[in-house]
Amino acid sequence: MDRRQIFDTLNGIFRDIFDDPALTVGEETTAAGVEGWDSLTHITLLAAVEDEFGITFAMKDVVEMKNVGDMASAIEAAL
Amino acid sequence: MHPLLRPPVKPELILRKKKGILRELREESVPRLRKRIAILGGSTTQELAALLELFLLDGGIEPVFYESAFGLYYEEAMFGEELGRFCPELILIHTSLRNVARFPAMTDSPAVAEQRLDAEYGRFQAVWERLRERFACPVIQNNFELPFVRPLGNRDGWDYRGRTRFVRRLNERFAAHAGAHSDFYINDLCWLSADFGLRQWSDPIYWHLYKYCCCPDAFPGLAYNTAAIIKAIYGKSKKGLVVDLDNTLWGGVVGEDGPEGLELGQETAEGQLYREFQGYLLALKERGVLLAVDSKNDPGNAEAGLNHPSGLLRPRDFACIRANWEPKDRNFTWIAGELGLLPESLVFADDNPAERSIIAAQIPGVEAPALDAPERYLVTLDRCGFFEPASLSDDDVKRGEMYRANAERVRQQGRFANYQDYLLSLEMRAEIAPFAPVYLARIAQLTNKSNQFNLTTRRYTEPELRQFAGSPDYITLYGKLDDHFGSNGVVSVVLGRREGDTVDIVLWLMSCRVLRRNMEHAMLDALAERSVRAGASRLRGFYFRTEKNGMVRHLYRDFGFSLTREDGADTVWELPLSGYEKRNQVIRVNGEEEDDGQKTDF
Repeated sequence: MDRRQIFDTLNGIFRDIFDDPALTVGEETTAAGVEGWDSLTHITLLAAVEDEFGITFAMKDVVEMKNVGDMASAIEAAL
Repeated sequence: MHPLLRPPVKPELILRKKKGILRELREESVPRLRKRIAILGGSTTQELAALLELFLLDGGIEPVFYESAFGLYYEEAMFGEELGRFCPELILIHTSLRNVARFPAMTDSPAVAEQRLDAEYGRFQAVWERLRERFACPVIQNNFELPFVRPLGNRDGWDYRGRTRFVRRLNERFAAHAGAHSDFYINDLCWLSADFGLRQWSDPIYWHLYKYCCCPDAFPGLAYNTAAIIKAIYGKSKKGLVVDLDNTLWGGVVGEDGPEGLELGQETAEGQLYREFQGYLLALKERGVLLAVDSKNDPGNAEAGLNHPSGLLRPRDFACIRANWEPKDRNFTWIAGELGLLPESLVFADDNPAERSIIAAQIPGVEAPALDAPERYLVTLDRCGFFEPASLSDDDVKRGEMYRANAERVRQQGRFANYQDYLLSLEMRAEIAPFAPVYLARIAQLTNKSNQFNLTTRRYTEPELRQFAGSPDYITLYGKLDDHFGSNGVVSVVLGRREGDTVDIVLWLMSCRVLRRNMEHAMLDALAERSVRAGASRLRGFYFRTEKNGMVRHLYRDFGFSLTREDGADTVWELPLSGYEKRNQVIRVNGEEEDDGQKTDF
């Protein structure tokens, strides 16, 4: 799965979780740029990403994730 | 039910779609019971609250939450002023293994380990007692999941220093408290975590990163289970199960294979599965869930199948058997009518997906879990949690008996010239008296469950009802009805409040199992008598219309009350008490002499 496909899948997850069918995320998207992305939603998001890609993030990845680009990199590494 | 919230719980999907589900539930315009629920947490509570909201809204309850500051369940229960201002109607204590402070040390003597157990239990007991004093409302307490690691290996489970043993003993003490206190409920985390898988449930990453007591995927199931308890407390559990026969209670088709050709019993694996399923249904029946049959069969064949020597369910275990060639949804509605229950309070169990979808489509609100393979029937039905009991009274245990006796009464009715003769033939005896402690659990249950014969549909918890019983401003009455077929138990509740020379009928409800028995006449007589004794000269009745209580909209009119106010469908009625004549002429009340139907003692 290449990075573009990862982002396609991520967009599907984000749209469900934020209940916004028009939402699109990119490399530089951060929590501050998406309405409703609070700490609680962040946990839900990570769990959904893990389920969707069939991976488990290391605790270190979770702590160091700064934007959606970091998330995609962590997914790439885990796949 | 919202399709995504319908059991079996699909955690990933619910977590991912919860925002959209919440929006959809909020868009529905259905009447919901508003309840103030406090969650006192020993770990993060937001996720639980968010998911509980979904399941409660879906179950007809609109929660207003108060969440304690992180981890301060003890402090806020004991001293929290904000909690006091919130005035909770229900409290959930969301604690877990992470909140056990005093595990035994390896150097402890047995006596010291015992002290630790006392101290740990004592802290929770203090919380419960304090909450009871402060709020007198139902409390739901999580018990503890087992430790996910065992420093003592297998010895952890039996050595007095073992953490596993310690947790089991603590849970046992919680259970003893639940057994001795009504309005106290255990949310069985120990069982839930085992069912989910303890290792995943307790994945430590979620505690250390987010202070979650369990992994995110465990939350939907936890919330579903918690919501089931809350719904049970407010009388929203299902009351009965309507089952198909062929390939549901046994393998094969009795009309074609004959009883001897059915898969049922110890001879084959499939036969054992069906027998085990029947055993589970029998256990449900024995604790008060009504069973009924809705089957496309000749009655004789249905009977023969139910008398199979290796079966566990017998015809007498069913409150109602409907075996014919009518459409099943029509039979289902007929069964609900026969039992005096709303169709949506019955669950439908059928192996045939077409029958399930017809029932679900034709009768709104009826759940029909997907019984898709006999090896999964048990767990599929069990995990739905539809029959969660809030309490287990003697009446629950006898309920099947009562409904069967009712069916017998219906058959007898045909033999009398008129209805009055029939009623007299029943030799009915009632006990009508102020709320008594022994019946409070049943009175609370009835108050929260009755929808149809219920003039005001006010819901009260057991502690509230106890307070009314002790207050001089209230006249409380319960009515118990027996007849020569057996006892119906406590079937009616009346609550009057004195307002000057008037008694307001705050609550008047009756179980539908005694409709048309003139029990309401006896209840009105008792209320009138006690109101006169209390110096009142007038009764004032209220009818608050709901979707379900249309059957009593003319009750006050029919009893000769005069309409004094009308507000939409809601009405207020008055009846002067001077010259009150007893209505009841067919029930002997409190052991009075038989021929005094006309007697007035005031």
